[in-house]
Amino acid sequence: MRSGAEMSDEDLPETTEQLPLDAWHRAQGGRMVPFAGYAMPIQYEGIVAEHEWTRNHAGLFDVSHMGQLMITGENAAVELEKLLPGAIATLKPGRIRYSLLLDENGGILDDLMVTNVTPEGGEPAYYMVVNGATKWDDIAHLREHLADEVTLTHLDERALLALQGPEAAAVLETLLPGVSADLVFMQGTSCEWRGEALGVGRSGYTGEDGFELSYPADKVAELAEALVADDRVRPIGLGARDSLRLEAGLPLYGHDLSPETDPVSAGLTFALTKKRREEGGWMGHERVAQVFADGAARKRVGLALEGRLPAREGATVYFGDSEVGTVTSGGFSPTLGHPIAMAYVASEHTAEGTVLEIEVRGKRLPARVVPTPFVPHNYYRGDK
Amino acid sequence: MARYFTDEHEWIDVDGDVATVGITDYAQGQLGDIVFVELPQPGTQVQKGKDAAVVESVKAASDVYAPITGEVTEANDALDGDPALVNTAPEGEGWFFKMTIADQGELGGLMDAAAYKSFCDSL
Repeated sequence: MRSGAEMSDEDLPETTEQLPLDAWHRAQGGRMVPFAGYAMPIQYEGIVAEHEWTRNHAGLFDVSHMGQLMITGENAAVELEKLLPGAIATLKPGRIRYSLLLDENGGILDDLMVTNVTPEGGEPAYYMVVNGATKWDDIAHLREHLADEVTLTHLDERALLALQGPEAAAVLETLLPGVSADLVFMQGTSCEWRGEALGVGRSGYTGEDGFELSYPADKVAELAEALVADDRVRPIGLGARDSLRLEAGLPLYGHDLSPETDPVSAGLTFALTKKRREEGGWMGHERVAQVFADGAARKRVGLALEGRLPAREGATVYFGDSEVGTVTSGGFSPTLGHPIAMAYVASEHTAEGTVLEIEVRGKRLPARVVPTPFVPHNYYRGDK
Repeated sequence: MARYFTDEHEWIDVDGDVATVGITDYAQGQLGDIVFVELPQPGTQVQKGKDAAVVESVKAASDVYAPITGEVTEANDALDGDPALVNTAPEGEGWFFKMTIADQGELGGLMDAAAYKSFCDSL
């Protein structure tokens, strides 16, 4: 028996660094695999059990491989707007926005979350979380293009945990009374826990309500321990992180997004505000505006499959005899009980309900274009 | 009845001139939740060390190799409806296929249970 490509690539003799919680993961029974240059837990008790636990209770994810960056300076927002296509200058303190780093040709270098963490009356400050595998390139890109009066700091002494699931807020309340009540989806704050600064953002990558928690790396085992001491919380590995984000319709950089994809084809136009899209002034604007005006030749879509055989990344999508696309992420959906996939498909075949076929080992599997998310988001947007 | 193991984590039970093939408990533990098994049709000629079946877990697709050369005589239809049998009973009800034994000599190169156990312990 030999496994195909997993989340890790074990054939590559890659040097892997240890996460701050390396020993903690192993003690929790985590099976460690190389990912984004780190040894990371792919699973503890099993992917499906962890997936379902997160959908029903609260899962704790270690995402310390991701890059945490701080950009400060009087002109920080203006400078960031030269590189990010989203509106940063109008982002209020305590608000989080999803954005992108683009190259000159509008290709996606990374996707990221940016939070305005400017203290009251203080120097403007923006906290950014970028992908682990791309963080060094991102830092080089930002250093090259941001003006010198803006300071970029890599917060590499901080760890990042994500607490996700319908019980996440109730769990956080026991550690940090009152904090979650002040936040809705895409809002952040900072507070103190056991004498150390703790950054809290109400966001995540599972489609569930939840929080990302930034805490000093040398103390983060205490925080992880305090969280899993709550019976509602279990540690969750990369395997379930992938199946959860796929069900939530969220793209994964390096798979669904790359320098070969632009924000319009990727279905991320919500990250381009109308004003900034029209005014430009950001790297990649010319090309992105062109694609926006002309319409994308291919688009990222969700596909639902029948039966149980998953179609995975790289599988070819057909309409009749013609090749019309490629799967960029695919797997079995534990929540839905059938396989789902994301694919880039020629735009004329992307209408909802279109029946396409995906080839897997010589077999053609029917796949229907469906809206994403595949499983509804469960974000907390405040009491209605 | 003798049971042999490969270093690719297949097991093979030999009963006269018929063999039953599956994957080991160690293998299913590595794969995690199995969602689909693609089995060879009866009549398929399989070759020692070559692809014979595919097992899809939530995580990835994995090739299962034929431990010996021969012809597939029966596939385990129970896995169609309940692929998780490979997780719950990998070395019993979760068997993959039955096959003929073209060359009894090929069995000599496989591991017995004790050798396979120490092989897994060394991984």
